[in-house]
Amino acid sequence: MLNIKEALRKNTMVIALIVVMLLFQVLISISGKGSLFAPSNITNLILQNSYVVILAAGMLLCILTGGNIDLSVGSIVVLVGATAGTMIVNMKLNIFVSIFVCLLIGVIIGAWQGFWIAYIRIPAFIVTLAGMMLWRGLAQVLLNGLTISPFPEDYLQYFTSFLPNSPKYTMIVSVIVGAVVFLVYAVLQILGRIQKKQKGYEVSSLPGLIIKLVLLFAVIAALAFLLGEHKGIPVVLILLGIVVFAYGYFTSKTVPGRHLYAMGGNEKAAKLSGVNTNKVLFFAYTNMGFLSAVAALVCVARFNSAAPSAGTGYELDAIGSCFIGGASAYGGTGTIGGAVVGAIFMGVLNNGMSILGIDANWQKAVKGIVLLAAVVFDVLSKKQQSTKG
Amino acid sequence: MSETLLEMRNINKNFPGVRALKEVNLQITKGEIHALVGENGAGKSTLMNVLSGIYPFGSYEGDIIYEGEVCRFNGIKDSEHKGIVIIHQELALVPYLTIGENMFLGNERGSKARIDWDETYNKADELLKRVGLKDSSRTLIKDIGVGKQQLVEISKALAKNVKLLILDEPTASLNESDSQKLLNLLLEFKTHGMTSIIISHKLNEVSGIADKITILRDGATIETLTKGIDDIGEERIIKGMVGRDLTDRFPKRDVKIGDVSLAVKNWTVYHPIYEGRKVCDNVSITLHRGEVLGISGLMGAGRTELAMSIFGGSYGKNISGEIQINGKDVKMRSVKDAIENKLAYVTEDRKGNGLILDMSIIQNTTLAKMDKVSRYNVVDKDLEVNAANEYKEKLSTKCSSVEQKVGNLSGGNQQKVLLSKWMFADPDILIMDEPTRGIDVGAKYEIYCIINQLVAQGKSVVMISSEMPEILGMCDRIYVMNEGRIVAEMTKENATQEAIMSSILQSSKGA
Repeated sequence: MLNIKEALRKNTMVIALIVVMLLFQVLISISGKGSLFAPSNITNLILQNSYVVILAAGMLLCILTGGNIDLSVGSIVVLVGATAGTMIVNMKLNIFVSIFVCLLIGVIIGAWQGFWIAYIRIPAFIVTLAGMMLWRGLAQVLLNGLTISPFPEDYLQYFTSFLPNSPKYTMIVSVIVGAVVFLVYAVLQILGRIQKKQKGYEVSSLPGLIIKLVLLFAVIAALAFLLGEHKGIPVVLILLGIVVFAYGYFTSKTVPGRHLYAMGGNEKAAKLSGVNTNKVLFFAYTNMGFLSAVAALVCVARFNSAAPSAGTGYELDAIGSCFIGGASAYGGTGTIGGAVVGAIFMGVLNNGMSILGIDANWQKAVKGIVLLAAVVFDVLSKKQQSTKG
Repeated sequence: MSETLLEMRNINKNFPGVRALKEVNLQITKGEIHALVGENGAGKSTLMNVLSGIYPFGSYEGDIIYEGEVCRFNGIKDSEHKGIVIIHQELALVPYLTIGENMFLGNERGSKARIDWDETYNKADELLKRVGLKDSSRTLIKDIGVGKQQLVEISKALAKNVKLLILDEPTASLNESDSQKLLNLLLEFKTHGMTSIIISHKLNEVSGIADKITILRDGATIETLTKGIDDIGEERIIKGMVGRDLTDRFPKRDVKIGDVSLAVKNWTVYHPIYEGRKVCDNVSITLHRGEVLGISGLMGAGRTELAMSIFGGSYGKNISGEIQINGKDVKMRSVKDAIENKLAYVTEDRKGNGLILDMSIIQNTTLAKMDKVSRYNVVDKDLEVNAANEYKEKLSTKCSSVEQKVGNLSGGNQQKVLLSKWMFADPDILIMDEPTRGIDVGAKYEIYCIINQLVAQGKSVVMISSEMPEILGMCDRIYVMNEGRIVAEMTKENATQEAIMSSILQSSKGA
């Protein structure tokens, strides 16, 4: 009984996400505008929100270091996008060389900001606010106020195509990929459990694991069928999978990941425990630059253009996702999984309201309320928890 | 007999799942100094929060009778209105405001639309005189020491026309001479008819100044001792607090002193901000295996700074001097270097810079030596849990599980987690800065036992403490530090409280 309560409390945002999804589904089907879960819409949802997930992963690391945010990511996206457009479209350079240069620029920008933030200790808010203006300004200089398009098919295929290429096998391939992903996960979980038992360590409850696996199976199966119904697995989804897995692993399983949390929890204590907090902070911002560049490559491919206004407000989407996903504004708590749920939550809100035909201005207002409500809810539930303890 | 100022009758207070106060009775006579003692978690602070209205009327059961009438306080404003002022352990002063501004914060002179600064500062200076502070009331709080800040808190209470002054651990962060000043002040106020309640862990102070002592244990009043009628010696109070005789406050051990493990020579450290100010001046110390070395001195003598600068240069600028560990010269440029050289620094302020309160016991335990539970930078969580459990057993840390957040533990248990963390780092030399500050007698004893075990294994311990009985009771050798210099060295046999104090005083005169 207690375990169920505990599990529910830990996953409040997931439950809220499900509720919101069902709510939209009901509203959409009542108004006769199709379905939230239409195969084409699910694909669309993934494509629309890919950049948010990538940016939220990077933003989470910055927030973990102590509630620091990065306001410059939207501007890095536009600058890197402009660079990609110039190199690939205007100069017709080799695509891989261009991609490499773009990522490198992202890292350099991140390192530049990281240097001021970590070693000179200029508040992140100020450095990235300056970056926000600086990088967008440079992007506009580079683009000369014009939009670069279209991108060659050779480039687009790496970001916008689907697996498999031929429409004949879409269902089979998606189902197989779904099955493989699920099986690998399930086998790893079960093996880990057996190993733990052999070494005589405490293990989590078996019913809990089974419920988790069954739920995961349902989600993966549904997703695989829906994607199979449409065009197959978007390549971007695979990229997202890699990013989420890599950063999830990094934050939860590695020593540098632990250092991020330690620094956010209490920087002085972390320092006196031998954690090089300057390096941790520097890494978080350099990494943010890198992931911004990745997001930029995805975005130019999705819009098939590099426009001077691209990336506007992206930083706020990423920050919002992290906070909706339960990250603390003071640092030290938050997970990649939470940030992803937050990103999907925002995505579903956007998508659902668009299908319902709600005015874009109203959409913004609703998103603002939801962000505040999510954080208020989180803070209140934590308060209740601590008075009980 | 003299009249009763306050009576708290059959107070019960429940928190979800815990009964914090059980039928507590407290009677305060006008003009007395009443001490409230008990182990951590005995309910002292809860009781005072009930009294001051922080826990409003209705959230507890029982009656508060103050000046003959039953009171129903709904907040701190109500109780202050009646002249009950509480000064919390963590001082509530704003560092970048002046003494005067702080003193009348929330109680501003003049009208709402216009503060009368002349009146504010005149009044403030007057009150400062009453507590014996010579500083101008226009000084910023951040520029005066903790001792003086405590006095400012008291004058702030005076500004509110206090009749009953409650002090929660007023001397916890003060050195001996500042503590004495504060206690004398209380005695002086008493002659003017003020009543005070003092909560303290320092039993020598309590038995020195209190007229009555009420002992709380596990949320219930055990007894009230009256000066002149009952024995109010330290031993007697401890007996009441722990419910048994604690015959030895310092556990015994066989002293086996070995070779020199750490030698610091001509160590000079400059202040990180004020250039040219020496925080440690040509300090040389030696430490042996199996030895507990005490560093005594007043607050601000440079003890913490010395320890931190040795510990990988985590404090100070332009550090010069040599360090030898086991006879070999070493240079430690970072905390990491220091840990690798098997040095540990158990910090003084466990909440501020020792522990990560939002993290579990597990994660706090392993933080300083993650290599031991990771391979290729990947953490093995099972090993971590095992390690945390091992130290939990060793130190008998009381917690629901090692998954518990450190922030939810009591002070003594937090200190044990902090010790676990550094013991897990496998040091040969442990520098412990105020290892028993703010924890109760029982937990103190346990910490002493752990220190004894460590030296019995051939490790060396440096103990920095402002509590002289502890230094005298635990250490084999004592250095006395003052104004950044080592001014005396004594063996256990010839060290006394007087000898330490006089060496400090003499060195101050010389300078």
